[in-house]
Amino acid sequence: MNGRMKKAYDWVDERVHLEDLVKFMGKKYVPVHRHSIWYYFGGVSLFLFIIQVLTGILLLLYYKSGEELAFESIGYIMSKVQFGWLIRSIHSWAANLFILSSMVHMFSVYFEKSYRKPREITWLTGMLMFFLALAFGFSGYLLPWNELAYFATKVGTDIAGVVPIIGKPMMQFLRSGEEVSGATLSRFFGFHVAVFPGIFTVLLGIHLVLVQRQGMSEPIGMELHEGKPLKTMPFFPNFLLRDLLLWLIVLNLLAILAVFFPWELGKKADAFASAPAGIKPEWYFLFMFQTLKYIPGKMLFIDGEVFGIMIFGLAGLLWMLVPFWDLKSSRGQQNRLVNYLGLFAVFYIIILTIVGWLL
Amino acid sequence: MVETRNAGGPEQPGKRDFLKYVLSGGLVALVGSILYPILAYLKPPIQAEVAVSSVKAGKVDAMEKDSGQIVKFGSKPVILIKTANDELRAFSATCTHLDCTVQYKKEMGLIWCACHNGKYDLNGRNVSGPPPRPLDEYRVTVQGGEIMISKKS
Repeated sequence: MNGRMKKAYDWVDERVHLEDLVKFMGKKYVPVHRHSIWYYFGGVSLFLFIIQVLTGILLLLYYKSGEELAFESIGYIMSKVQFGWLIRSIHSWAANLFILSSMVHMFSVYFEKSYRKPREITWLTGMLMFFLALAFGFSGYLLPWNELAYFATKVGTDIAGVVPIIGKPMMQFLRSGEEVSGATLSRFFGFHVAVFPGIFTVLLGIHLVLVQRQGMSEPIGMELHEGKPLKTMPFFPNFLLRDLLLWLIVLNLLAILAVFFPWELGKKADAFASAPAGIKPEWYFLFMFQTLKYIPGKMLFIDGEVFGIMIFGLAGLLWMLVPFWDLKSSRGQQNRLVNYLGLFAVFYIIILTIVGWLL
Repeated sequence: MVETRNAGGPEQPGKRDFLKYVLSGGLVALVGSILYPILAYLKPPIQAEVAVSSVKAGKVDAMEKDSGQIVKFGSKPVILIKTANDELRAFSATCTHLDCTVQYKKEMGLIWCACHNGKYDLNGRNVSGPPPRPLDEYRVTVQGGEIMISKKS
């Protein structure tokens, strides 16, 4: 540190005792082993979230909510505002990559059983953030007010409506009325730019503090390697610098995608047009969408869609609560059932996504 | 639960309980008076809808045989179909599965929903795919060459 920097550092240190913080950061080590690569996906997700916040704020400067304004304002951003096409394209692409990297992060944590005691809260906050990420995707999808978004929102909110008892009021709450309309758009806009970011930031804060405080989880049975403890590297600065390098690569990938595969705007929503042939939701909802196609109108004594939604809801809940029913892993034992369930989920999602994509 | 060890003065359980109820009652009232307006605010007001009993849907001659079109019926979409043998039929265009808007599919001679591949025959009956119920039928009449669609009573 040169003289002036040192002076500034000392000025702050004298008042808030930065030394403690530096000491705290120096204490964290990242284990080095053959599954270490998975440690990077949390950081990548964080980076993509930061990109979303920044590009989201930029889009807010020109976006206008409302049935008569939303579609037009995005057209304006893409055609008139300098680099508007780039900002919007990055926002759309980063949203998708964010969900993808969160998924990789979640599944790697699941298969490594890193959710086991004492990291249950980290897992729970992570899962809640993942569901919020899907909600971000769903609400943001409507904001351009195009045909695909209009029907996706009709279907999505109707699905909420078939949940027994609370479904109907929940659907009205989401739609701000009986039908998807400009009022729905206003509401989704509010969720997307205020409600969700607020909740997400709190969860993210807890998640990151816990990761720093508890350190990285080590895979079961790997704590000792040939009788010796695992090799480690300091988080600060060694791991962080690797993180930053990967962030740079992701940024480049994002730029390539945004420039060469710009996001389309489509046709403006029309409440009196038929749903277009080949309509599909975003890829991360495809496996559920495809499943809904296969469930017949009536299952046992309930409507098919109610059955499907309850199964997915239940599966999601069980998944989120895995640290509380997988007690074997917390005791440091192998739990094969967890692996089989996880593999089933992965294959189910991949196969139905592909089928949904092709059909 | 009554605290028995009291640093100052003799214990007065009656007075303590009274204070406890007043304070917790006050807290409940405070939370309630904050939450109630917020929850009520979240519930969208019911918009008065103009009740529509029938709409005009254009000239009979203007519509091709074996085709369908979406007609505005108040705030709801209705699908009007002219079959291959020149019959006019109208149904609610809202798929009974998950609320998408259906279309007439010439090649299949069916009403089809693009969202989840639901199919209805030309009587509105759900014949294939996920729809749980048939489409509601509307009455179609022709007055002086003009197609009129009205609700079935």
